[in-house]
Amino acid sequence: MSEKVLMKGNEALAEAAIRAGCHHFFGYPITPQTELAAYMSKRLPKIGGTYLQAESEIAAINMVQGAGAAGIRAMTSSSSPGISLKAEGISYMAGADVPGLIINVQRGGPGLGGIQPSQADYWQATRAMGHGDFHILVFAPSTVQEMVDLVSDAFDLAETYRMPAMILADGMLGQMMEPVVFKEKEEKKEIDKSWALTGHQNKRPHNVVNSLYLQANQLEAKVKERFQRYEKIKAEEARYQTYMTEDAEYIVVAYGATARVVQAAVKEARAEGIKAGCFRPVTLWPFPAAALKELAGQAKAFLDVEMSMGQMVDDVKLAIDCSRPVHFYGRTGGVIPEPGEILEEIKKMAGGVK
Amino acid sequence: MTDYKMLFAGFGGQGILFVGKVAVNAGLCDGKEVSWLPSYGPEMRGGTANCSVCIADEPIGSPLVVNPNIFVAMNQPSYEKFISKVTPGGLVILDSTLIEAEHVREDVKLIRIPATEMAEQNDLQGLANIIILGKLYAETNFCSEESLQEGLKHCVPAKKQHLLAPNQKAIELGRAFAG
Amino acid sequence: MAVVFDRPHALLDVPTHYCPGCPHGIVHRLVAEAMDELDIEGKAIGVAPVGCAVMAYDYFGCDMIEAPHGRAPAIATGIKRARPDNVVFTYQGDGDLAAIGTAETVHSATRGENITIIFINNAIYGMTGGQMAPTTLPGQVTQTTPYGRDVNYAGHPIRVCELLSTLDGVALAQRVTVDTVPHIREAKKAILKGFRNQIEKKGFSIIEVVSACPTNWGLSPTEALEWLRQNMLPYYPLGVYKDCNTREEAKA
Repeated sequence: MSEKVLMKGNEALAEAAIRAGCHHFFGYPITPQTELAAYMSKRLPKIGGTYLQAESEIAAINMVQGAGAAGIRAMTSSSSPGISLKAEGISYMAGADVPGLIINVQRGGPGLGGIQPSQADYWQATRAMGHGDFHILVFAPSTVQEMVDLVSDAFDLAETYRMPAMILADGMLGQMMEPVVFKEKEEKKEIDKSWALTGHQNKRPHNVVNSLYLQANQLEAKVKERFQRYEKIKAEEARYQTYMTEDAEYIVVAYGATARVVQAAVKEARAEGIKAGCFRPVTLWPFPAAALKELAGQAKAFLDVEMSMGQMVDDVKLAIDCSRPVHFYGRTGGVIPEPGEILEEIKKMAGGVK
Repeated sequence: MTDYKMLFAGFGGQGILFVGKVAVNAGLCDGKEVSWLPSYGPEMRGGTANCSVCIADEPIGSPLVVNPNIFVAMNQPSYEKFISKVTPGGLVILDSTLIEAEHVREDVKLIRIPATEMAEQNDLQGLANIIILGKLYAETNFCSEESLQEGLKHCVPAKKQHLLAPNQKAIELGRAFAG
Repeated sequence: MAVVFDRPHALLDVPTHYCPGCPHGIVHRLVAEAMDELDIEGKAIGVAPVGCAVMAYDYFGCDMIEAPHGRAPAIATGIKRARPDNVVFTYQGDGDLAAIGTAETVHSATRGENITIIFINNAIYGMTGGQMAPTTLPGQVTQTTPYGRDVNYAGHPIRVCELLSTLDGVALAQRVTVDTVPHIREAKKAILKGFRNQIEKKGFSIIEVVSACPTNWGLSPTEALEWLRQNMLPYYPLGVYKDCNTREEAKA
């Protein structure tokens, strides 16, 4: 399937995961990610895989943990309230160095919230995905094509670094249909899984997958070792995309679906003579801080736009050491900002029409 | 330059999402940048349904059409909800069997087509949506004729190919409608 | 000289952290003996719970994972679905299996998940120092039922085997204990059956072991076993609550 096909984001994610070798899916129904699970339930039994509808989000993430610990590519998908339930399992996976992929097709919160697109889980994904000192890899696609392209990378990196990875999408990306092309990956990287639970076949000492360390100094050493890995990831795996930033004086930072709207607004601003540009983090953890900091040299001010009350804006300020003014504009609760609103904010930042 | 921002709106069951899919597939066949975004959730069940379709030369920014330049209305509430959002110079096509509308806007082109009635008279029940698409095509040529046919073929499921001919007939009825 | 008693191969030669007189040691040994006899240590994957047996991953010789509290059956499900040819078992206590993990227990059972569960019921939360468990008996004094468990206030105990025996996915639900040699032999047979069921792909097997907690019951080990006989067994009668094998025999 190398030609362009129209697919819903949720279905494209599922197909991409299957093509990335993930044949084990454990989930629980929730809007607006439902099509993903439905697609898996249709396809996986036909290729000898497992689609299992769990009794809860909590059970689903632990099934992913079990399969992941057994050295098999596994994933789960959900939306905001369901992700909160998975938090415990994700913390355990991080603490036991178990890879796995979690999809969050975000909707409005807190609580039951709404079902319309949202980006209000940024803090949860990047700061506090569960208890304890840990991070997970967080990818933020902004098109259906990018969702497809990031899935296999997310699996590869999760296994390389032995940690959970998340694709942080939203209801708009999940529900929309766009053309996608499924590219064949050139080479499959061999990833060491000698730690996995396979049964020792009486040939090696037993493997133990565990996050419990009752000796404080042992736990500290373990966490520190993990944070050294995080440093390597921060240095090597941060991704971003820029749009019209070459000579930009006013830089709008946005991720995911919001970045699409922002880019439309930036184009309009340019048409009105404002030197605007867009910086789009593709990885939210690691946040592409160095690249953004570099732009602070040329920028007069930044505007952070999110479908939330302002969460990533903290990372923007930290990345540039607060060396420039950082404005914020957000819509929340499921409201998608319009290009016109963002244009107004850019104009405000630029001090009126030039 | 092509830059269609289409909004299709009506009741669930009228094939609102389907007609949007035909349009977006036709756009894809023409090699355009396209997107399709449905309304989703509880409103799908029995309530109103709408979908946004973008067909353009440039990559699509927001796939959510807030201010359509083409608006297809298939029920009264949807017409009333969105008529004021249409951009000046835009095209509005409504199903006049189901919608009573005074021409409240002078700055848009309004076409009334009794699509539901035409469907019933021609034994094409449930294809009012496609009749309207035929009219939309005749008015705008938003895609090539070949791509419109391709889009239609793509959207009619393989197991229901017997429905292709009635759909094609519906397109022709819409195209031929004068008004 | 003939060796008549030895450490099972599947039980590692390490000191355990269990209290003196705790029956966990006996049950660990039975599970390990069963693995040896069926020659499955090399393909077994065990799931340790949260609770007193949390460090069972250091004691069993097979590959092991430590699950979040109550989630062992979900972890086991993931492993078994990923590696259907391995033998997967969980080892869980009453708080883990019948309180925080009730959903995982019931649903893995009703799915007929092809796994084996060893369930230790000692009517108390041992690891945290003796609080009320879902299986704490009416009137039983614990740290959080200092006046005895009042069923009108704190609710009634759960009889797990009886509950699960109503589910179609369950191949074996059997309650045993380890207070005497005959009972220990009976328990061993049940554990073997639980593993065999899995190897023969018969579905979900649970072996509930009525156990004792001398430390938190505030009794000597022998007093604790006597208390078990006097109080636990009348409320939790030993026996086979469901066995797909006997049903098959009955049909034949």
